[in-house]
Amino acid sequence: MILSVEELQFLYRNREILHKIAFSIEDGEIVAILGPNGVGKTTLLKCLNRILHPKGGAINIDGENLFDLGTMEIARLIGYVPQHVETGRLTAFDAVLLGRRPHIKWDITEKDLRIVDSVFRLLSMEKLRLSCIDEISGGELQKVAIARSLVQEPKVLLLDEPTSSLDLKNQVEILAIIRQIVLEHRIAAVMTMHDLNQALRYADRFIFLKGGKVHAHGGVEVITSEMIEEVYGLPVVIGEIAGMRCVVPRSPEWDGIDDQLKKARPV
Amino acid sequence: MLIYSISVGAVTIPPEEVLKTMLGQSVSTKWDSIIWNIRLPQALAAIVAGAGLSVAGVVMQSILRNPLGSPFTLGISNAGAFGAAFSVVILGSGKMQSTVADAVIINNPYLTTMVAFVFCLLATGVILLISRIRGALPEVMVLAGVALSSLFTAGTMFLQYFADDTQLAAVVFWTFGDVGRVNWLELEIMTGVVLLAVIFFIANCWNYNAIDAGDETAKSLGVNVEKIRLIGMVIAALVSAVIVAFLGVIGFVGLICPHMVRRVIGDDQRYLIPGSTLLGGILLLVSDTAARLIVSPYVLPVSVLTAFMGAPTFIYLLLRGYRR
Repeated sequence: MILSVEELQFLYRNREILHKIAFSIEDGEIVAILGPNGVGKTTLLKCLNRILHPKGGAINIDGENLFDLGTMEIARLIGYVPQHVETGRLTAFDAVLLGRRPHIKWDITEKDLRIVDSVFRLLSMEKLRLSCIDEISGGELQKVAIARSLVQEPKVLLLDEPTSSLDLKNQVEILAIIRQIVLEHRIAAVMTMHDLNQALRYADRFIFLKGGKVHAHGGVEVITSEMIEEVYGLPVVIGEIAGMRCVVPRSPEWDGIDDQLKKARPV
Repeated sequence: MLIYSISVGAVTIPPEEVLKTMLGQSVSTKWDSIIWNIRLPQALAAIVAGAGLSVAGVVMQSILRNPLGSPFTLGISNAGAFGAAFSVVILGSGKMQSTVADAVIINNPYLTTMVAFVFCLLATGVILLISRIRGALPEVMVLAGVALSSLFTAGTMFLQYFADDTQLAAVVFWTFGDVGRVNWLELEIMTGVVLLAVIFFIANCWNYNAIDAGDETAKSLGVNVEKIRLIGMVIAALVSAVIVAFLGVIGFVGLICPHMVRRVIGDDQRYLIPGSTLLGGILLLVSDTAARLIVSPYVLPVSVLTAFMGAPTFIYLLLRGYRR
């Protein structure tokens, strides 16, 4: 068990956002945090590396209690990829090198440079090395952010909607990279997602949040049309296309429109 | 440049003799006294003040995540100007003497400097207090600074309105930043403060880089963003306060100099902080030298020159874009 969360509670201005969240993750696993907008997915993610400060509960990572660790120690265990990546006038190499911050004492060493180099190779983005990050595409920028979190050499990777601003090809590419890294390096990844189909395809386990609580938690077996309707308030159909499980909304609006069209059309 | 700056002015001293004098060989007693008492402190003050204002600007831009960050953004300069006005008009430190060369001497410069410094710190204190209540958010700090700026500007105008002619002249004169005001002791204090600040900022360049990548990223990299922001603010404000109190309001350097460096070497703080420090010093030295030459034998306030020289350069850089 690489990460375990117990009874996690988070308050924002005395309003309870997260209530007794509990789950655990093994290494080599990708966990998707799902649920409607505003349910606290990102908040939960930020609580996991103490960008936000949970009110109560316990987080154990690799056998250590997160609340006993300093910010630099946490940064050496957990990498984080924010939803929006800031750009600036610096090269991709320097932007990724920043990820070594938790390991740098006074100045960068040969080792830091070697690790950055290897991550550039791993993500096959050597060509980007000297490009300025304010001139590269959204997909490339996302890769830079992922590379930055990887050079931290984390045990757990947190990703906040890693594919939200990417086109289809880049979505698949980024998620496949994460899948590969998590398996090869025996780390774990937790990502918040909106796309149920992407989650089904790349995640091992799923946590559905509703009303600040874990509504469902488990492998692919927990994803049923009833559960999804409970969480999102929208009827769905679950089927298979080319051997892949897919969730498609069965929207009441559409049913309505069908009826209206029938009425409007002279029979 | 330093030698050239020392050699020119109302009395021109040949550069080689400047060098000789500075190396300890006395060429003539008259030049000795001009160099050691007037020209050299002035030139060094220009370098130190330029470097200090520029480095304070670059750090404020980073920690406030705002390209308009500078000693002015936070109202520090205006607070200093108000302090000086207050000292001159209310405390009566500003009985002036007009000499033939149109130089104006404030009667009690120490009191004026002290009061200006106190007001600079007061402005900083108010911003810190606000950020303590509302959290050290960049937009809170910037907006509080803008509000304070306007308040102190209005306060200065209020005092000027009720001041008599000589007081008014003294206030206006103080407001024109001028690096020729310092004596050796003040120069030493300024140099010490600026030097310590630059060392501190360089030691923190990775933290500023992290903050540039966004607060969340910085936090996930183990950087205590609020603490770094607050300490950086206090030190940058202190540097500005010392310079403003001793020299008056010297605009432009703190805001534009970092941007000029950015346009050439990019946003990486590892190079940006030393680069801005250097360019700031050079820019103010050049401006001060030019200010002495342009309408010689009259001496323009350097703050006028910095804007005249810097603004077109900056607009050029803005239009040209980044260097490929």
